[in-house]
Amino acid sequence: MSNLLLLIPIALFLGLLGLGAFLWSLRSGQFDDMEGAANRILFDDDDVTPPGNSKKFHQGDS
Amino acid sequence: MNVALQPCRHCGEPVTAMSPAAPDFCCAGCAGAFELLGEMGLTSYYNRRAFDPKVRALRPDEDEIASFDFTELASTDTEGHHHLNLMVDGIHCAACVWLIETLLQRNSAVLQARVNMTTRRLRLSWQGEVADIEDIIRPVMQMGYRLIPFDPAALEQATTSRNKELLRCLAVAGFAAGNVMLLSVSVWAGYFQGMGGATRDLFHWISALIALPAAAYAGLPFYRSAFGAIRNRRVNMDVPISLGVILALGMSLAQTIRGEPHAYFDSAITLLFFLLIGRYLDGRARGQARSAAEHLLSLNARSITVIEPDGTRRLIAPQKATPGMIVLAAAGERIGIDGKVIDGQSDVDTSIITGESIPVLTRPGTTVFAGTTNISAPLRIEVTATGGNTLLSEIVRLMENAEQGRARYVAIADRVAKAYAPVVHTLSLATFIGWWLIGGIGWQDALMNAIAVLIITCPCALALAVPVVQVIATGRLLRAGILVKSATALERLTKITGIIFDKTGTLTTGKPELVGEPQQDKLMLAASMAANSNHPLSRALVRAAGNVTPQTNVTEQAGLGLMMQGPAGPIRLGSRAFCDVAENADVPSDITGPELWLSEPGIAPTRFVFRDTMRSDAPEVIDTLRTRGFEMTLLSGDRESTVRQLAETLGITSWMARMSPTEKANHIQARADRGNHDLMVGDGINDAPALAAAHASMSPATAAEISQNAADIVFQGDRLGAVIEAIDVARKADRLVRQNFALSFAYNVITIPLAVSGFVTPLFAAIAMSSSSLIVIANALRLHAKSGKSDGVGIKPATTLSQQAGI
Repeated sequence: MSNLLLLIPIALFLGLLGLGAFLWSLRSGQFDDMEGAANRILFDDDDVTPPGNSKKFHQGDS
Repeated sequence: MNVALQPCRHCGEPVTAMSPAAPDFCCAGCAGAFELLGEMGLTSYYNRRAFDPKVRALRPDEDEIASFDFTELASTDTEGHHHLNLMVDGIHCAACVWLIETLLQRNSAVLQARVNMTTRRLRLSWQGEVADIEDIIRPVMQMGYRLIPFDPAALEQATTSRNKELLRCLAVAGFAAGNVMLLSVSVWAGYFQGMGGATRDLFHWISALIALPAAAYAGLPFYRSAFGAIRNRRVNMDVPISLGVILALGMSLAQTIRGEPHAYFDSAITLLFFLLIGRYLDGRARGQARSAAEHLLSLNARSITVIEPDGTRRLIAPQKATPGMIVLAAAGERIGIDGKVIDGQSDVDTSIITGESIPVLTRPGTTVFAGTTNISAPLRIEVTATGGNTLLSEIVRLMENAEQGRARYVAIADRVAKAYAPVVHTLSLATFIGWWLIGGIGWQDALMNAIAVLIITCPCALALAVPVVQVIATGRLLRAGILVKSATALERLTKITGIIFDKTGTLTTGKPELVGEPQQDKLMLAASMAANSNHPLSRALVRAAGNVTPQTNVTEQAGLGLMMQGPAGPIRLGSRAFCDVAENADVPSDITGPELWLSEPGIAPTRFVFRDTMRSDAPEVIDTLRTRGFEMTLLSGDRESTVRQLAETLGITSWMARMSPTEKANHIQARADRGNHDLMVGDGINDAPALAAAHASMSPATAAEISQNAADIVFQGDRLGAVIEAIDVARKADRLVRQNFALSFAYNVITIPLAVSGFVTPLFAAIAMSSSSLIVIANALRLHAKSGKSDGVGIKPATTLSQQAGI
């Protein structure tokens, strides 16, 4: 039974990790444009990213 | 007579021999765009893109760049970076997104340019001067995309943040449900394999630790709504849900503390999880319909051109106009304000306000209203009314009065909850009293049984019955280009007994068409003159003639007609008086309607008659609706003869002409007071109060902004068949909702006796709850499966928004 003491916390920790990752991706706007995200993978990145621009961009306005 | 050439290399539209940039391009703008892309080395765009026939062609419009003050809505942050949100019109496919972003990012001032393909919005950040924005976006405009600045705060921000909250709650509930279920399955297995009491209690404690905080957070949307309802002395579906969840958790906690075998943490949290799924999908489907409707509306937005006392021109938003300002309305432009004409003579298309299909002559002194379209010549207009004094705000007041009736409508789910909650709660109380006083067991055990009744009856399937069907119905309509904006629209649509149509722009296209068969040479002559004018009748002539070469030396006299010096003297095309035709001239009387005359020196004048043509499927749709027993009425602001003619053609016996906006709304109100439920279909500003007063309302996507806002449902495309499609889907949805309710009640009939007699265990509750939910969802999916078949009039599933459906 003592393995339960280890397994349950691990299960919970992994679950919480997933939940946290989801909430983070939701907040950073990754779910705002599902259709665009699906297509963007086909773009040539060289064309899109202007050189020397590393400023982080937030989609939300709040 | 039209020689088909290759489609335009830029926009893909047909190129005619007349095109200035033939044979490769349809217009100079497209040729310029092609050249610009070549210079920038982005011609790979042409290989990547795929045309979406439902989206406006990418034909650049030279005037477009000057039509907005882009700096007005731009915001500047502390670092000196500017941000602006823009609607993009003309996105065909992912290559368009790529092209727009690349074009913008080639400009070194641009920090970030990101197009949201789902909502067709662009967020742009740049450094330097705010005013640089026009240079930054010019290449995009030159490609033929239209960019319209908008204020994100003004657009459905509440809906978006509400949906995000639901999604967050959904994630938390999902996490908790998964983990609690993991522990619960072990406990259930332990029933049969002899799990020790200490282990079981440990599992219960861990479950409590996960479920209690999760339910406290994820249940907030329900608790809030339930609390709001109780405070207003009403009962909605959220009241039994909240009560069930809270009591189940409370009882389970008590059981855990006492070390008892049964805890319902999994039931409570899974219930929340299921319900949140339904609620989130429901909110998302309507959010999509609403954002699509907003996109359509904002495409109509225009700035107005103010002429300052010193003669300079300035673009401002219409709501910033003040009385006394002088505004310029160019030919073909929509007038943005209420005012008085001080200079210029023109024809103004007032159909959107009056329903009148023929433009009205305006000269200095005439009053014009926002929403009308100036047709033939520029007008200078002095702003006379702003804010609360405009015709539009008058209409808004009428609308608000009319809307009060509809606010009283109670959704079917809440009506069911109202009947259901007292029964369940009484039953639970009776169980408690029965076991305690008659059954002779301890009050704690009696309470357990009573709460088990509440848990087992907790309306999981009942609460899913409506949203699941709504999601599928809304999605199906969205794909057909029908946007359902109101949550109860479909329910209200099933109750209607009568349908009231507006005429201009609803039953008809609002565009006059030439009727009869005029002599070909006369038609060609008239059309070649008419090609110089924006007047709707002139355009109809050109459309009827096909490919014509415009005459060059034509002068237009606004409100009268066109004149040209021919070899034998002046040739005139215009009104009867303009062409010197006697009022009693001998004309065939069977064709009536707006007319144009063509007079040439020494030859008898030719008459062209026009008619505002019906939507192509109008007779079919009206017939179908009549055979289904709907009572049809035609209400129009247009003159009697035109209305009678259309009513007789369509076989509508009940019609009224020359109706004012108030009269339309009152007519519907009076019918409602007699117990009629009417569907109003209209598009004009004058229809808005009637749309608000009717039991349910629809308007075409070409309608005035205010009408689209007032309508429950907005439909795109030229076909009136959308009315039938909406009614059909609403009725099917209603049938499924009722079946779903029946299924959940049937489930309750079986389980309640078990709960009352105290046989319910957590395992049983979990199985019963999940299976009933699945049955309800499976039943709702039948609406989806049938979508291939469409009875009555077929609906063309063409819409610019079909890709957004994604449900």
